[in-house]
Amino acid sequence: MEATQATPVKYDMEVVRWFTIAAAIYAVVGTIVGVYIASELAFPFLNFDIPYITFGRLRPLHTNAVIFAFGGCVLMATGFYIVQRTGATKLWSNGLAWFTFWGWNLIIVLAVISLPMGWSEGKEYAELPWIVDILIAVVWLSFGLNHIMTVAIRKTSHIYVSNWFTMAMIVMITYLHVVNSLAIPVSLTNSYSIFSGVQDAMVQWWWGHNAVGFYLTGGFLGIMYYFVPKQSGRPVFSYRLSVLHFWALTFGYVWLGAHHLQYTALPDWTGSLGAAVSLAMIIPSWGGAMNGMMTLSGAWDKLRSDYILRFLVVSLAFYAMSTFEGPVMSIKTVNALSHYTDWTVGHVHSGALGWMAMVAYGALYHMVKKLWGVDKMYSDSLVNVHFWLATIGTVVYVVAMWVSGIMQGLMWRDYDEYGTLTYTFVESVSAMHPYYAMRAVGGLIFSIGTWIALFNIVMTVRQASALRSSGAVPAKA
Amino acid sequence: MSDHDKIYSTKFQDSIERHTVLMFVMIAIAVAVGGIVEIVPLFYLPNTAMSGGNGTFNGTAHKDKEGNVVPMDKIVWNPSTSAHKTLEDWQPGDGVRPYKPLELAGRAVYIREGCYLCHSQQIRPFRDEKDRYGHYSIAEESMYDHTFQWGSKRTGPDLARVGGKYSDEWHRRHLSYPREVVPESVMPNFFWLEKMPVNVTETVQAMKVMTIMPFNPVPKSIYTPAYIDGAAAQLEGKTDMDALIAYLQGLGNHVKFEEGVNYRD
Repeated sequence: MEATQATPVKYDMEVVRWFTIAAAIYAVVGTIVGVYIASELAFPFLNFDIPYITFGRLRPLHTNAVIFAFGGCVLMATGFYIVQRTGATKLWSNGLAWFTFWGWNLIIVLAVISLPMGWSEGKEYAELPWIVDILIAVVWLSFGLNHIMTVAIRKTSHIYVSNWFTMAMIVMITYLHVVNSLAIPVSLTNSYSIFSGVQDAMVQWWWGHNAVGFYLTGGFLGIMYYFVPKQSGRPVFSYRLSVLHFWALTFGYVWLGAHHLQYTALPDWTGSLGAAVSLAMIIPSWGGAMNGMMTLSGAWDKLRSDYILRFLVVSLAFYAMSTFEGPVMSIKTVNALSHYTDWTVGHVHSGALGWMAMVAYGALYHMVKKLWGVDKMYSDSLVNVHFWLATIGTVVYVVAMWVSGIMQGLMWRDYDEYGTLTYTFVESVSAMHPYYAMRAVGGLIFSIGTWIALFNIVMTVRQASALRSSGAVPAKA
Repeated sequence: MSDHDKIYSTKFQDSIERHTVLMFVMIAIAVAVGGIVEIVPLFYLPNTAMSGGNGTFNGTAHKDKEGNVVPMDKIVWNPSTSAHKTLEDWQPGDGVRPYKPLELAGRAVYIREGCYLCHSQQIRPFRDEKDRYGHYSIAEESMYDHTFQWGSKRTGPDLARVGGKYSDEWHRRHLSYPREVVPESVMPNFFWLEKMPVNVTETVQAMKVMTIMPFNPVPKSIYTPAYIDGAAAQLEGKTDMDALIAYLQGLGNHVKFEEGVNYRD
């Protein structure tokens, strides 16, 4: 520590800046596509009889855009940012980081082409064609190698907790992506999984749930463990709790995927095992959420004036809520009602909007100020507006899906006094209409927040550049 | 002693945190366990429809009420023991069979259009699902589904047993303009599938690929070289709409389910 402070480190931050801007742009794109497909479900004429924009083709584009384009750029921006700052070192290879940046963006461009074309492998959250899958593996490994090597060349004695989570993500996503993508091609754009039926289902949900567990949760917990202490100016509440949080999640999360397949042809033991471990995961998840929240002890007053901190704290509240809701939904009796309904969609979005996107924006705003060397955003009140739009949008979305999901589940299983099914399927579809409209509105509110964020970030960057070129402030290292 | 030498947790944890390689290895082990425990057994335990070839399924033994084992060739079509020897002769109830060429092309359309995002193909063992959709789904029924299509969401109804439930003409009208048949439907119009010719090359290639799958391949005694060679002729002049309807009409009627048999145990 003493040595590193004597000579300030020159970090490789240009690539981080580009990832940061890219993330802010992809959030806008991904949520607009989301709002559009939500509207298609409420008002089917919006499919406009154009194959490329039907729900079935745009939905994978939405999920890929928000998870891999927005989420990926956030994770790579923060990953490279944190690993340098906590290790007091430059990146192992700045050139490789640029390869990761352009490679990842190439993948996103290919996704934007291939998914509307219908070049799909038919696996949720892993729809991209085999040839893009190979590219993903290469670019992902370039990120992973660079991150881990930068950890290895750090100047500090210990590896900081954020980097543990990022390393776990790198390893697990590599396993998942490689195994789940094993397929035999029939053409450049089409292939079939080497697994079938039960085995394919289990592999797919092992992927599906751990993309959530290690990418959208683990990776973003790495963000939380760095930016919550930084933004609040307090050390992490409990180091020991973070050790427990990390190892329990890293070992345990992997087991959860099977709970997506309750009551299916998957053997009963597998789903039950998945549900049992899911329930156990409440403890480390809440431990982690508390660890983040309690980091603010002694600094709670900052919430009044620090809008960035609000994002971080509310994200932890949503994290705690969805990590409770998820295990509950994995219990067989609850799952019998919730599975196949909008409840699942609501659960995913309380995690994705409330936790992942909120913590991401907390980190993005924090980084923008540091990366461009400014004391404040272009407009702090716009940060506050964004915060409220994001919170309200998420709540509207999630509540709509709770109501519609539980209603669907109850309608499907309802019997009249003659012992016949009370409702036809299509009656449940038409009953969903107001909630589908409400969900689209909630999504739109959230999406508008991302437009404001992009505007605010771009204006901040422009202002900083203008100041710098006029020589008003010296360029930071 | 400097602050950096002090151990705040255990010696082992401290050592992990100091050594990148050790941390990497510990993570690589920790994240592998769950997947290995839950996935690997599905390849050798019974009741997972994992074919061992020769009509064996890792000792799967579905039993009826008296405890008699139902022969597997009653569940999975086996041309060597069945009265019907070819895919053309196969009758509903003969047991699970691979897809005919037009159905395979239709399945590709189903995947391309993302039908699985709104329709499940997996009926759960509940009274209401039995009344609404039919007998619960069994593992063997999706054993030839490379890229399973169980789905995770029912924005529309389950399709696992839609085969034979409606006429081809109903499907054509419904797929083309869903709201003309079901006013409340939110499904997109797919009339344009009528204008798209079936992709013959990819379908024939898919048949070949299905026979070389490492797990649950289509037996070469069913997809014989001659049968694959004849596929192109069967697909001649067909549209994506024809293919999709053929696929839907073949769903769920393969097995003749007997009362009292536990097909999942």
